This record gives sequence, structure tokens and C-alpha cells, in this order.
Amino acid sequence: MRGLSRAFGGGSVLDGLDLDIGSGEFVALIGRSGSGKSTLLRALAGLDREATGDLSAPGPVSVAFQEPRLVPWKRVLANVALGLRVADPLAAARTALDEVGLTERASAWPGTLSGGEAQRASLARALVREPRLLLLDEPFSALDALTRITMHRLVLRLWKAHRPAVLLVTHDVDEALALADRVLVLGEGRIAHSSPVTAPRPRDRDHPDLAALRLRLLTELGVPAGETDEL
Amino acid sequence: MSTPRRLASGGSESPPVSAAGSVPGVAPVATRGARPAGRRAAGSRSPDLGWLRLLSLVAAVGLWQVASNTGILPASKLASPASIAHTAYYLVVTDSPTYGTLQASLLASCERWVIGLALGVAVGVLLAVITGLSRVGEAIADPILQALRGIPLLGLIPLFIVWFGIGQLPKVLFVMLSALFPMYVNTFAGIRGVDSKLGELGQVLGLRRAEMIRHIVLPGALPAALTGLQLSVVFSMIALVVGEQINATSGLGFMITQAEQFLDNSVIMVALIVYAILAVLANGAVRLLERKALAWRRDFGQ
Repeated sequence: MRGLSRAFGGGSVLDGLDLDIGSGEFVALIGRSGSGKSTLLRALAGLDREATGDLSAPGPVSVAFQEPRLVPWKRVLANVALGLRVADPLAAARTALDEVGLTERASAWPGTLSGGEAQRASLARALVREPRLLLLDEPFSALDALTRITMHRLVLRLWKAHRPAVLLVTHDVDEALALADRVLVLGEGRIAHSSPVTAPRPRDRDHPDLAALRLRLLTELGVPAGETDEL
Repeated sequence: MSTPRRLASGGSESPPVSAAGSVPGVAPVATRGARPAGRRAAGSRSPDLGWLRLLSLVAAVGLWQVASNTGILPASKLASPASIAHTAYYLVVTDSPTYGTLQASLLASCERWVIGLALGVAVGVLLAVITGLSRVGEAIADPILQALRGIPLLGLIPLFIVWFGIGQLPKVLFVMLSALFPMYVNTFAGIRGVDSKLGELGQVLGLRRAEMIRHIVLPGALPAALTGLQLSVVFSMIALVVGEQINATSGLGFMITQAEQFLDNSVIMVALIVYAILAVLANGAVRLLERKALAWRRDFGQ
């Protein structure tokens, strides 16, 4: 992405932003509320017609939103297969549902799914089209903490299996540290800061590198360092 | 439950059958809303009270019969249930020169109603799709339709007679127009009301326009369209009843005008009851359609 700009009303939210994501790289984007994280992701997803800039992606781009956005009048399997242009979309959908652990819910109505299940279906739908770039817009922020842990593991497993480039927008610094190869901080309409996450996978929460990076990131976000930085 | 009580306390025009369903002129929306809530609130008590509902109806009719027999309800004002039943039987088996047979009248009325309703619904949906999916279409057609909608249709009857004569056409047209507007308005609102988040979803999934319409817009508009259909059924029935009483030569409305001349109110009651049964059946059919088409809704008590 080069030179992405997007203005709302009087001020510009994104101002000439440049962004590179390596193939198969897991990048997390954090930023304060209103910093433009979602705007950036929506622009990358092609949902924002007012945004200007050049985006080049080597293959399909998939999106998973904060709400699962399942079509309520189609069963889960049909949802995952929606818009899929392959020879046998239902078979591909079934495989995707197996991967996220929703095999038994394939013929359920979306209205009967729990939050976690629905988000898993949303991920299945995003992955079934074998994207080269996966955009995740705070997909776990509406889930309870325990489900979130399960979902993190799921995302990592799926990422390792398929190796798309991933851009995860999140407000949760710890989520970024747990999942990403690189963490970007969005500020003042641009990428204000970029840090690689050096801790090895599987990530250990108490790894010293992570603690230092967390502090660094919080500072970048403008959160003053507290006496106890508890989690 | 209040309707039977009203009858017992001194006779009203509405036949007891209306307690179970909807009378032309009464929008079904109120009863529709009340039924699910009542069922949920009653919980497991509901099946136990089914006998009570039936008993209440039977008791009301019984009370009515007693009132007629004892002269409280004079036959000149309101026929007894027994005489209505007798009249109905007579109308079915006898092809009288005054009324024809009940079946023939029923057929004539149904023909008008079904054709008018079908046309009205079809055109209403078509217009709603055109205006709903295209801003240009909306700008062109909607103002005209909204203006036309404001005209009280009943007032158009004299005009229709001038334009189309006194045959079948004005009556069918009248029924059709009464069905058209609720269908158009509701379906249009349904199309426009589809969640924009689903629209975005369609975009990121790369759906073509036709696919968007087929998978997202039309199913999304279906609940509202079915509400429109219920209203169309009601309004078209009203139009049928009114239209049939003007210069008719066949149908239930013709039976009524004939009976007026001969002061035979039992025939009128038979015709009204048949209308009511038609309305209940049509309503039931729409609700069945709703249950099947909207099975995915959590709040439909599956």
C-alpha cells in the first residue's frame, strides 16, 4: 500500500500512509481509538470509495469483521460457500468448516450459533477462498476472554497451515504480541512505529522481550507507564 | 376473549367466527403480535386452555341462539345461528332465481379476489424492486406512487364506474389497487432496510450485482414483504366486499344486495361468514408461508 489518504470532514484520518506486508507475514496494527485503524483496514478491503492510494496484493484478499456478519437466512455451510467461484464450493466450504471445528454445525442457522462459533464460521468463510492477504478487523474484541484464547490458537493454526499475509487490527496490545511477527502503531495518520516481535513461537507471555516491547508499545500509544503493569 | 362477552351482552353484528380469525376491516397485525407473546407467556398452560377457547365460542353461539329463541334478538334484526345454518344449506342445494347457489356466488367472488390480489401483489413487488434497487428508479416512480397512495380508494369507485363500466373490470381493478400499495410500500422498505453490513459483506466476497440481489437483498426484504402481503390480503378483501355490492350481478356481494331488498338478514349473515372464512384461510396461508420462509429467525418460536 502506498500513499493511502483518507479524509473525513475537515481533517484527514490517514495521510499518505505507506505499508508493506511480507508474504506470509503476520502483522498487527494497534492504535488509539479514533486513530484510523478500522479506516485503514476498510480501505485495504476496498470498502472505502473515498480513500485514495495504491494497493497491490498478489492474490485474493479476505476480510473477517468484528461481527461475524453471517447471512442469517442461509445455513452455515451456504454462508461459507457464498460467492466462492470454484468447481465444488460446498465441498471446499465443508473442508474449511472442518478446519475451524464447526463440522457439526454446517447445517445450522447462523442465529443459533454462539459468538465464538459464528466468528469461527466467519474465519472459515474468509479462508475458504485461499487468500494471500487476510484482513482481520478486531475479530475477537466482542468475544469473552476464554473464547478469545481458543480463537488465538485457531488463528495461529490456520495461519501456519495456509500462510497468508495477515493484517490484524486490534486494540489489545497483548493480542498483538501473542500473534504477530511485527507490530505497527498507527498515529497521526501514518505508521508511527514498527517493531518486530523477536520472541520465538510458541509465544510465552512471560518472555522478557515481550515485556520490554509491551512497554515500548504502550508508550508509543501514549499510555503512561504505570506502577504495576498487570495483565 | 372479549368478543364473545360482547355478543352475550346484547347482540352485535359480528358473527362469532370472527373471534377465531380476522374480520375484513380489522388489520391482522394486532392479533398477530398478540398471539406469539401470549403463547410464550402462557407457556405450558396454553394447550390446557384450548378447550376453554372452543367452549367459549360454543357458549357464545349458544347464548346467541337462546337470545333469538326467546325473542331478545328479533329475527328481523338478527337471524339465529340455526336459521343461518338453515339458510346456508338452502343456498347450497337450491339454485334460486334470486340468489343462485352459494357455490356459484363464492366462485364468482373468489375469482375476482384472487385475480385482483395476485395482480396487485405482483405489480407491487415489481415496482418495489425497481424503485428499491435503483435511486433513479425511485426518484422517478416513488413520488407518483406515494401521491396515488394517498387517495382513498373507496372514493374512486364512482370514477371507476365511469371509466370502466359496471362489469368485472372495475371490481378486479379495485381489488388489485387495494392490494398493490401495501405490497409496494412494505417491500420497498424491506429492500432498503437490508443491513448495510451485509451489503459490505457482499462487496468483500466479490458478489456480482445479480448475486447480491438474489442472496442478500431479496431474502433480506422478505420479512417486510410478507407483512405487506398480509396487509394486501386484508385490504383487497375490503375492496372486494365493497366493490361487489355496487352494480354486481354475481358473487357474495350480489347476494347481499339482493338480500337487502328482501330484508333477509340471514342471507346477509351467510355471505359475511363466508367472507370471514375466506379471510381467515388467506391469512392462515400467508402465515404458513411466513413460517416456512422465515424459519431462520430465532424469534419465531421454532
